[in-house]
Amino acid sequence: MDIAPIRWEERNVTAIKGPGGRWMIPPDAKESMDRSKIGLKGPLKTPIAAGHPSMNLLLRKTFDLYANVRPCISIEGYKTPYTDVNLVTIRENTEGEYSGIEHVIVDGVVQSIKLITENASRRIAEYAFEYARNNQRSSVTAVHKANIMRMSDGLFLRKCREVAENYKDVKFTEMYLDTVCLNMVQDPTQFDVLVMPNLYGDILSDLCAGLIGGLGVTPSGNIGANGVAIFESVHGTAPDIAGMDLANPTALLLSAVMMLRHMGLHDYGNKIQTACFDTIRDKKVLTKDLGGNSKCSEFTADICRRVQDLD
Amino acid sequence: MAAHSAVLSVSKIINPFWGGRLGNTVKVFGTTLTSHRNKTQLTGENIPPPAKYGGRHTVTLIPGDGIGPELLNHVREVFRFSCVPVDFEVVHVNSALETEEDINNAITAIRRNGVALKGNIETKHTMPPSVKSRNNLLRTSLDLYANVMHCQSLPGVQTRHQNIDIMIIRENTEGEYSSLEHENVPGVVESLKIITRNNSLRIAEYAFRLAREKGRRRVTAVHKANIMKLGDGLFLQCCREVASGYPDITFDSMIVDNTTMQLVSKPQQFDVMVMPNLYGNVVSNVCAGLVGGPGLVPGANYGRDYAVFETATRNTGKSIAEKNIANPTAMLLAGCMMLDHLKLHDYASSIRNAVFTTMNENRLHTADLGGQGTTSEVVQSVMRIIQSKGQLTAEL
Repeated sequence: MDIAPIRWEERNVTAIKGPGGRWMIPPDAKESMDRSKIGLKGPLKTPIAAGHPSMNLLLRKTFDLYANVRPCISIEGYKTPYTDVNLVTIRENTEGEYSGIEHVIVDGVVQSIKLITENASRRIAEYAFEYARNNQRSSVTAVHKANIMRMSDGLFLRKCREVAENYKDVKFTEMYLDTVCLNMVQDPTQFDVLVMPNLYGDILSDLCAGLIGGLGVTPSGNIGANGVAIFESVHGTAPDIAGMDLANPTALLLSAVMMLRHMGLHDYGNKIQTACFDTIRDKKVLTKDLGGNSKCSEFTADICRRVQDLD
Repeated sequence: MAAHSAVLSVSKIINPFWGGRLGNTVKVFGTTLTSHRNKTQLTGENIPPPAKYGGRHTVTLIPGDGIGPELLNHVREVFRFSCVPVDFEVVHVNSALETEEDINNAITAIRRNGVALKGNIETKHTMPPSVKSRNNLLRTSLDLYANVMHCQSLPGVQTRHQNIDIMIIRENTEGEYSSLEHENVPGVVESLKIITRNNSLRIAEYAFRLAREKGRRRVTAVHKANIMKLGDGLFLQCCREVASGYPDITFDSMIVDNTTMQLVSKPQQFDVMVMPNLYGNVVSNVCAGLVGGPGLVPGANYGRDYAVFETATRNTGKSIAEKNIANPTAMLLAGCMMLDHLKLHDYASSIRNAVFTTMNENRLHTADLGGQGTTSEVVQSVMRIIQSKGQLTAEL
């Protein structure tokens, strides 16, 4: 039997207060990550009165995870009103509307700042085109609202256009956010790779996840500077079913497949993905959220069996 | 309030028989009740009566770009055919010019007439960033604070989801569309999103009053207050304050990304939705797509003193302009909304019914709905149905 050549190093990333009073992730976690460069992560919950910022935000800042990649592919056994969805949303993850800079100007007037920089825009555009090239995707669409936000989205769009010049083998189009939303719910097959600033990315990536069946089956990857990449499932922590062997591992499993592909282990990735899709299509051992009443371990065992059969 | 609407409904029954004599009585009766005007129906009555001379209304018409001019021509054709007592004052806005003279003329015309019907004005990317979107300028100058869109599944249109009936109320003047941007450091652009207490309270108040008026049970506020804690937090707080004054209507809130996910899987759960500007843009386009596309849904922009009607998704449709394939439904229904606003309810109903009959019974569909009809065929069908109902019409 072929075992995927991965050695796991588990690390706890609960925030601790470092020297100088700033919150940070534990240094051994950071060191492990810097060494191995690739991570797989489950859902993290930030307790409300924890006193420190969101855990996901902390991870993002520590490793400069600038691109959030979400491939949305229709799952054959899991029926939704939309079939044949096959697109990827690439979202700029560090700036934009989520810069967190807000002020109360006078009582009753609040100003939120949306930040768009040349560097971040260029970086995400370059990643999008690289991704398209490496994964044999034919087109990249920049999503923007440059008719209203002339300067900010205008800058983002200009950078995308500049980067597109260097990737003539990939088709580049630009489309307004509202047109994308309108067309996405009518005919999602017309889209391939979408690149966009933070807020539009947040909304669109969740919209696309909804098209294929929700966050329980959607993988996600975060690419950072210096070759760091953390793959994760984007659903919640579901404390009500934790520890009861009821959860659906599909999202995390597909994220792991993304991870394998990122590392170049396409063979293993494809095998596990095929096995997973086959199990769902068969409908014999599905977890509760997919419409069955099997346990998580039974679902996983079925997938493992199929992987062995595929060998 | 009950007396006023009772008077109107009586006039509708009696008018056809009395042809106008009782109509005058009704008008006198109507004016003595105007002290209640500001507190009655929201969808137009707290706006001063629009320009009306000799029983005919004057409405500003802005053709816009793309498919706007041809669709608005069809609207005028149908109105002329049905003998609608509305005269259009056409104001052209040239989107290629950098000066704001054109749009200011249009705004003045709307101030004069009180009501407008418009196509979308294109915002060219080749212009410098100082040239702001003309449509946005129009909305903010006239303080058209509420954008109202009603998405309903139509029986004649094939869609993936059925039984959708959502009213979307979108704040139309501030938020991300404040057009306040600057570049302090080269390569770093800041764009300001402004949320104010006054405008948030105003739009929430509008939403709840409309919900009550239309007999709706639930209002959902769409926001992103977990990230934009101060901005969207303020909006949400204002909605909650207003909600406490309407105990008969359920109020809940939902984060915008979850909302879009729910919309594509279970859109039937939504009733009335209220939200700031950008999320309104996303949600209204998603809903328009769910019920059949941009060619079907009309939209209205209401302010305290003015009302402007257009298609809900505000597309210029450059790629299909002048090919006679655009769907005239949205613009015709926008015209009907305008007629309702002018209290010409009979004309509005007759045109609306004709449009729906063409869509649902005759199934004459344009290309965007998967059919082979042309724009003119649909318009001709609408006019034929209006004529067949026996009302006064011009020559076909």
